Amino acid sequence: MSDSKQASEVVFKDVGKMAVFKKTHTVILKNCSFTVESGKLTVLIGPSGCGKTTIINLIAGYERPDIGEVQIDGKRIIGPNWERLVVFQETALFPWLTCYENIMFGPLARQVMSKEEAHQETLNLLVKVGLEDFRDKYPSQLSGGMQRRAELARALINQPKVMLMDEPFRGLDAMTRQLMQEYYLNLFEETNASHVFVTSEVDEAIILADNLLVMTNKPSKIKKIIEIDLPRPRNWNMVTSKRYLEIKAEALELLHEEAIKASTASGKVDVDLSGLLETTRAD
Amino acid sequence: MESKPDGKGEGRILIEHVEKVYDPEGVNVHACRDCNADIQPGEFAMVVGPSGCGKTTLLNAIAGFDNATGGAIYLDGKKIAAPDIIQSPGADRIVVFQGGALFPWKTVMGNIIYGPVMQGKMRVDEAVSEARDLMGRLGLSREIEPLYPGNLSSGMKRQVEIIRALINDPKVLLLDEPFRALDNMSKGLMHEYLLSVFELTRKTIFFITHDLEEAVFLADRIFVMTTRPGTFKAVIDIDIPRPRDFRVLTTERFVEIREHVKAQVEEESMKAFEAGERELA
Repeated sequence: MSDSKQASEVVFKDVGKMAVFKKTHTVILKNCSFTVESGKLTVLIGPSGCGKTTIINLIAGYERPDIGEVQIDGKRIIGPNWERLVVFQETALFPWLTCYENIMFGPLARQVMSKEEAHQETLNLLVKVGLEDFRDKYPSQLSGGMQRRAELARALINQPKVMLMDEPFRGLDAMTRQLMQEYYLNLFEETNASHVFVTSEVDEAIILADNLLVMTNKPSKIKKIIEIDLPRPRNWNMVTSKRYLEIKAEALELLHEEAIKASTASGKVDVDLSGLLETTRAD
Repeated sequence: MESKPDGKGEGRILIEHVEKVYDPEGVNVHACRDCNADIQPGEFAMVVGPSGCGKTTLLNAIAGFDNATGGAIYLDGKKIAAPDIIQSPGADRIVVFQGGALFPWKTVMGNIIYGPVMQGKMRVDEAVSEARDLMGRLGLSREIEPLYPGNLSSGMKRQVEIIRALINDPKVLLLDEPFRALDNMSKGLMHEYLLSVFELTRKTIFFITHDLEEAVFLADRIFVMTTRPGTFKAVIDIDIPRPRDFRVLTTERFVEIREHVKAQVEEESMKAFEAGERELA
């Protein structure tokens, strides 16, 4: 897939975001500032409920900040569009279309490719994600890992400027997950987009990232940015290297610090807010 | 492996030539074959293996939810699974489930005291006092007592479930991927919690997982199961001293053992993969 566009930069400027449910207000993000570097793979990791999905939603344009700004290449993000695409944790493939039809959907709907071009691009991507033998299957006929791969292809065919991955491999068993990470890394290295990847798995975070952003508890902001100076292309032998273990030890220490703070917060009980955030998204 | 000096010396699980075949007249699914293991009193035993290899089947047989169709399982000499007995669950071996099994209509305290009170082993006030003692020693705030499970995070629910199991003073705790659904951070805290439970009570623990880091971090020994029909192909000793904390995860010895376990399991996972096992989504 040839691409001559310069990859995009996303900047969070002192962002604040609240979640409102009936009469309760919870501050999710506060003074949250960071940069998603152009063409890099930025990974967000942090305690559950800390606003990682909120950040994805803000970049995607599904939500807008209450305070501050989210910018792409200097312009404020005001809504969703094909330039910033999300791959979710749960599948979002159209159940009534085959794998092939799902992938072709975007460019045809936007009328930016002819049927012939779209067909060719779809076939290329199917091979890249290892689904060429499953092109005529419906999503329900695909395993979890296969569905994810189809979703990656469906997003990438649009050549977005920013790819947003919200814990896309959560729930997959270890072997499938590793396979998915390999496919994903290959695709990342080939495309010219800037990627933001949210995960709660430390090993996944390190093996994927150029920049690892560790988040604090709510009200969340970036606690530390760890630059992952492991060479690309990444491979699994790296996970036993001294440098990898150094990075992992640092990340674990930071996360543990936040986890302890959260569990000993006086007078506060660890309440499950995931349902609450779903409601806000629908507003 | 000697039993711990401060344990009661109870909770030895002897698994002898255990076999489990489902539906022998019809589809004939051979879940386990010739499983053998001698889990010592107060041992933290982890069971790992590819999806669908028979780990849960074995746990169900130990728990008394299901029976073995061949061989036998003994708990401190008492036969608890075998073709010639009728299996039944008991308070001497309690399961902490993956999906959670707290009664949604009862409060945290109501859930915890249910067992001993229902069985007539304790009066309500005794049970409440015992519950508070356990919660205190394991760092759970009394503020959660009147809350319902629906108000708790997944991690906290698991903590309550473990206390609910412990208050019945079982010999064995059986855990079937109890932390699977938790995010990494909560999981880490749960590991610390479980280890403090283990240090405090020295119950025998039989824990099934897919997470190999979790396995190596928690275990005294890891039992690796083959693909279906499952049998134990390797037993790996974890010679990392206790008490362990998260810093152990990045030490050389830990990584060495983990890679070894990984290689063992991967061999089996490949076979299962090729046999077309669907991944658990």
